Amino acid sequence: MTTETTTDASGGPGRPRSRSGYDAEKVARLAADAALIVARYPQPRSALLPMLHLVQSEDGYVSRDGIRFCAEQLDLTAAEVSAVATFYTQYKRHPNGTYTVGVCTNTLCAIMGGDEIFDELSEHLGVGHDETTDDGAVTLERVECNAACDYAPVMMVNWEFFDNQTPGSATDVVDRLRAGEQVAPTRGAASVCSFKQMSRVLAGFTDGRADEGVGAGEPTLAGLRLARENGWTAPGGPTDTAEGAQAPDGGPSTGTTGPADAQGEPEAGEEQSSAEREPTTDADVDPGGKPGTPEAKPDASKGTDA
Amino acid sequence: MSEQSVAAGRPSHDPLTPVLSDTWDADRSWTLQAYRDHGGYAGLRAALAQEPADVVATVKASGLRGRGGAGFPTGMKWGFLPPPDGGPRYLVVNADESEPGTCKDIPLMMASPQALIEGVAITSYAIGCHHAFIYVRGEVLHVYRRLLRAVEEAYAAGLLGKDVQGSGFDLEVTVHAGAGAYICGEETALLDSLEGLRGQPRLKPPFPAVAGLYARPTVVNNVESIASVPSIVARGADWFTSMGTERSAGYGLFSLSGHVTRPGQYEAPLGTTLRELLDLAGGMRGGKALKFWTPGGSSTPIFTDAHLDTPLDYESVAKAGSMLGTRALQIFDETTCVVRAVSRWTDFYAHESCGKCTPCREGTYWMKQVLARIEGGQGTEADLDLLLDTCDNILGRAFCALGDGATSPVTSSIELFRAEYEAHITGGGCPFDPAAAALFDYTSRPSSRVLTAGVH
Repeated sequence: MTTETTTDASGGPGRPRSRSGYDAEKVARLAADAALIVARYPQPRSALLPMLHLVQSEDGYVSRDGIRFCAEQLDLTAAEVSAVATFYTQYKRHPNGTYTVGVCTNTLCAIMGGDEIFDELSEHLGVGHDETTDDGAVTLERVECNAACDYAPVMMVNWEFFDNQTPGSATDVVDRLRAGEQVAPTRGAASVCSFKQMSRVLAGFTDGRADEGVGAGEPTLAGLRLARENGWTAPGGPTDTAEGAQAPDGGPSTGTTGPADAQGEPEAGEEQSSAEREPTTDADVDPGGKPGTPEAKPDASKGTDA
Repeated sequence: MSEQSVAAGRPSHDPLTPVLSDTWDADRSWTLQAYRDHGGYAGLRAALAQEPADVVATVKASGLRGRGGAGFPTGMKWGFLPPPDGGPRYLVVNADESEPGTCKDIPLMMASPQALIEGVAITSYAIGCHHAFIYVRGEVLHVYRRLLRAVEEAYAAGLLGKDVQGSGFDLEVTVHAGAGAYICGEETALLDSLEGLRGQPRLKPPFPAVAGLYARPTVVNNVESIASVPSIVARGADWFTSMGTERSAGYGLFSLSGHVTRPGQYEAPLGTTLRELLDLAGGMRGGKALKFWTPGGSSTPIFTDAHLDTPLDYESVAKAGSMLGTRALQIFDETTCVVRAVSRWTDFYAHESCGKCTPCREGTYWMKQVLARIEGGQGTEADLDLLLDTCDNILGRAFCALGDGATSPVTSSIELFRAEYEAHITGGGCPFDPAAAALFDYTSRPSSRVLTAGVH
């Protein structure tokens, strides 16, 4: 860790902040936050991504001062920090608006209407992709798939979900944001926070709003509702009844969880048992697999939930 | 509704089998209280009463395969860790869900983060890990809030931290937010990113099991895989294998999106079919005809209505020429231009290519240009061969699976819809009206912007 570096770089009262350009008060405050971030990881450099979010929570973007600050905290060069900051799309290289309004224009949302929503917003706001309105309120973006395809077309405001949008609903949202109104996402906190506030949360500092909003929207519950209506369950009934039937010692209520059972059950040696079966695909013997063979895609491959 | 469509000969089970999703309609479902009220943490209790090796054996016996797309057996992955050497070993949960069409882990963590935390605790105990990480993409603010809160609640209840539930087992969990990079879903890129670097894939071997996070033995598992562990441990491997098919055991979240009447999450045994799922989801929007769909995200070769009865398990989908992937069923009806769809996916891959290896970096860049001109009516017949040739030079030659994935929509769509590509070329433009495919009414703008895509 770079406690020494931090201390040195912070300098004495009479000494100007050498590299970052932040004043002493700001450095002291941010350095305290940075230390908390570093403490979450076995190795300090892991703190860099959250620390860049922290810098954005101060400056509204990854400023030169912010890069120098991170470099000092982690004993890296400014070039090393810049190399990371420029790799990730959430780090902004110029001052961001109070609200990032992102319209998903990846294939599914685009076809369901995302392209038209983006065009309408762009025309309405008079800005293009990654441009900010003159009042500094809204930065418009095209965004990639945000894992809400069953709510398409989707718009994100400061990375809160606005589901099932239309051009009309989207322009209404940005008008209200620009008018300074509180705007509630479809699934998220009770109101959208600012870009800086959001960045502080992403740095790992909670804002106490986790309990706001819904647990799930209707599409999330579509299958469950149907199962409830028809009385469909997994074998043995719903989770709570099954657990209720457990042995008092908390042991497994059924099956082969016990050591003896696991060894003794014929299933352990059967074909579906990965524990015992002969390799049948490349992936069985080579965890990362060979490229190009569908069965052998690495777990975190892009077929993955990557 | 669709009981009759359950194929004969498969194990008899209900068409939908809510396990992971079973608590999602509970009041304040994301809280520890709600999760416990529905039987949560029984799996952890059961696990802590066993030897870690027995927990691994149970998960192996369940046949659980990675739910992040590759389908590698989860228990086997755990088994690849070398014997303990006294140093740290890590569990890293891949919560960077970003594959186009994939939308299961994010709603799971929004509605039921404790299921993931319980899975993390059990898995960590099983593999001898004392510091686990959940790497969640940065673009889902409220999900990150919920995860932070879930971890906080679990610590307070003694389910994480020192001496978990009096077992003597210590576990620290760090929830880490990414910053916007699809490539970080690739497990070694994720590890580099977690180490504070640019998220670029590593050369394998060594695999993470041997040299992962901080070059220590590491298990990287998908959210849904880890969240499936508590039920398996609590209810047994037999219970799990009673669902699904012989080699694709258990249940999974099937995510229907696009031109369907009721898009959403449908938790069903593996081996169900799109015909069954479509039936449950109210069929195609407005009774229109199904044109094409992805079985497991944009990186899996597309299917058509000829594949409605393909069992959605790893083997059957692979045999039919695609991949089960993440069960991200993006469904497009007859109003959709396949060239537009593929062109946009290709923009995505070009944008997200990390730049580390030449075939992917250059290949996706050029495919994007070629597809844009075909879509805009300026392509030539030779462009189709050029695309296929480019794919041929990416597939199997890229550093990681992103490059391979980028070729899937291109090659599969040219194979299935070559005439439609040719119509764009000979007709000098796109014959489809984008407004017809949208979910709201509007009038298409005069000249469609050919080059709007991929400006990131």
